[in-house]
Amino acid sequence: MAGGAASGGSSAADTYAGARNWLLMPSWVVLIVFVLAPVCMMLIYSFLTKEFRGGVIWEFSLKAYDQFFCDRGLFGDEPCAIEWTYITIFWRSIWQAGAATILSLIIGFPTAYFIATRPERTRAMWVFLITIPYWVNLLIRTVSMKFLLRDQGPLNDFLISIGLIDSPLHIINTNLAVQLGLFYSYLPFMVLPIYASVERYNFALSEAAADLYATKWTTLRRILLPAVKPGVIAGCILVFVPSLGAFLAPDLLGGAKNFMIGSLIEEQFKGNAGNWPFGAAASMILLTMVLIILLIFARQQRKAEATS
Amino acid sequence: MKLLTQSAMALALMANTAAAEGDLVVYHWFEYMPQELLDKFTAETGINVTMDTYDSNEAMLASLKAGGMGTYDVAVPGDYMVAIMAGEGLLDTIADGELANKGNIAPEWADPSFDPGRTHSIPYQWGSTAFSVDTEAYSGDINTTDILFNPPAELSGKINMLDSQGEVMALASLHMGIPQCSSDREQLKALNEMLVNAKAHWASFNSDTAKEVLVSGDVAVGMIYDGFGAKARAEKASLQYAFPTQGYVVWMDNVVLLKDAPNRDNALKFMDFLLQPENIAAVSNYARYGAGVSGVGDFLDPELATLPEANPPATAGQGAFIEVCDEATQAVYDQIWTNVKK
Repeated sequence: MAGGAASGGSSAADTYAGARNWLLMPSWVVLIVFVLAPVCMMLIYSFLTKEFRGGVIWEFSLKAYDQFFCDRGLFGDEPCAIEWTYITIFWRSIWQAGAATILSLIIGFPTAYFIATRPERTRAMWVFLITIPYWVNLLIRTVSMKFLLRDQGPLNDFLISIGLIDSPLHIINTNLAVQLGLFYSYLPFMVLPIYASVERYNFALSEAAADLYATKWTTLRRILLPAVKPGVIAGCILVFVPSLGAFLAPDLLGGAKNFMIGSLIEEQFKGNAGNWPFGAAASMILLTMVLIILLIFARQQRKAEATS
Repeated sequence: MKLLTQSAMALALMANTAAAEGDLVVYHWFEYMPQELLDKFTAETGINVTMDTYDSNEAMLASLKAGGMGTYDVAVPGDYMVAIMAGEGLLDTIADGELANKGNIAPEWADPSFDPGRTHSIPYQWGSTAFSVDTEAYSGDINTTDILFNPPAELSGKINMLDSQGEVMALASLHMGIPQCSSDREQLKALNEMLVNAKAHWASFNSDTAKEVLVSGDVAVGMIYDGFGAKARAEKASLQYAFPTQGYVVWMDNVVLLKDAPNRDNALKFMDFLLQPENIAAVSNYARYGAGVSGVGDFLDPELATLPEANPPATAGQGAFIEVCDEATQAVYDQIWTNVKK
């Protein structure tokens, strides 16, 4: 049945060759209306003049970018010095997202390997189990996390009751809580692509390596990892990029004490500042950064494919 | 099949005419309107009510300015936001005689500074913003803003602030005894420094969970609205709402008639409905805030009259509304807020 569908697929492509452009239309419309147009709007807004209390005046201005890079003091009348505020906020977000990615990789890789090495019949069930928590809304899961982690919460109660600690671990409203939240939110995005790669891996290669006296560690490093690298990179991107703009975990678990990129941008549109051009400029800078990171990854991958 | 299509079209047409005659779209705060009251309004008038919610005055303003006008009939901005929205031309004028129950507005709220003569708005609820303290964690005097901005050692690191620039700045200005819209550079620098230093003592900025973090014991002090403070105390008896001697923030939320309201007549009916003592008392009983309407006394939960959160002690300072600053002044306050949260 599955084989029949697959062979039918290839001939169908020929059948509809003449209509290809028309069939692609819906995707193009969606991409243009929902991706390209909003990004262009943001780009334009970032170069407009801010209207007091939200909104824009249609006059060209570089003020939003000036605000991002130039520190002009509390009263805005000093000469331009390097503005560290927003660089610090961006760096904090990058660092948090990076830590969450590494944490996801450390837990996600063995998990994916475990699933991929189960008998074929049970693999679907393991994948299914991974996705179950994601049937619940992210907000609810993040709030639940807050309940679990708090000083008088079940986690601390449990650790105290088994005598591992005397006083509660203070996790809530710390950076660690944010990383745990991000890690928990995006873990399946790490597990699933790696699982897909490991599943296709030919385990005979590992056996061959063992026959040639490679240690387990060497086999992992020299044979398995290079083979599943595309999955690892895809997983890292899928965790890192959404973590970078996340604001639920930082607000609810981190206590919103320090701006993250996501909350900084939100504040410009929904908060007291009402500075739409600056929010747009910060979004454009974030977008540029993510693009650069993706390009670097893509280049690495192409290099890896060329050498292998 | 044809029959099915036809009847579906007929139904759709009927639904449309019904909507044109009896709809009302309300833009309201979250958790602020008892569903039974909306049901009662629908039962009395046959008007269907749709309600969207927001979680801050500024978020409401942003979404109205970003294309929300013409969608909603009424919104419920706080005092200073009424003045801002009127200044931005987002509010429709209620002509004399359009509201049958306008005379029910309590005299002290009939001509407020944020909407002289009540030409755009009617009172919804009013209350104060200060903070609650867990008296089990701290036994000293709580009626001082020092608790937030210069806390004793045992409260340091156990304080939740509202994630709301306007309210934090207003309370901070009262703490320092300076005007809310100061243009004095020395005062502003001192305010900036005071807030940045005070932040070291704060555990978190949470508005949505302001009550919950107090009840759960995550923090021992939390900035909070008086009604939320009363609800928190109901769940944890050791919580006490403070009325600082330096003063506290007073606010009033108001139902406003939005410009380009698609159902203007129904909006006025809704406002008249909320000016009836029995109805607005139901909101007060639910939200635990004061109503700005005369004659609500008979309908109020008796407990509300003696609520410690609604009855400031003699030592309490003056209540102050949040003030609306001009653009240049506001820019400095925005910068201070960024410095606090960076």
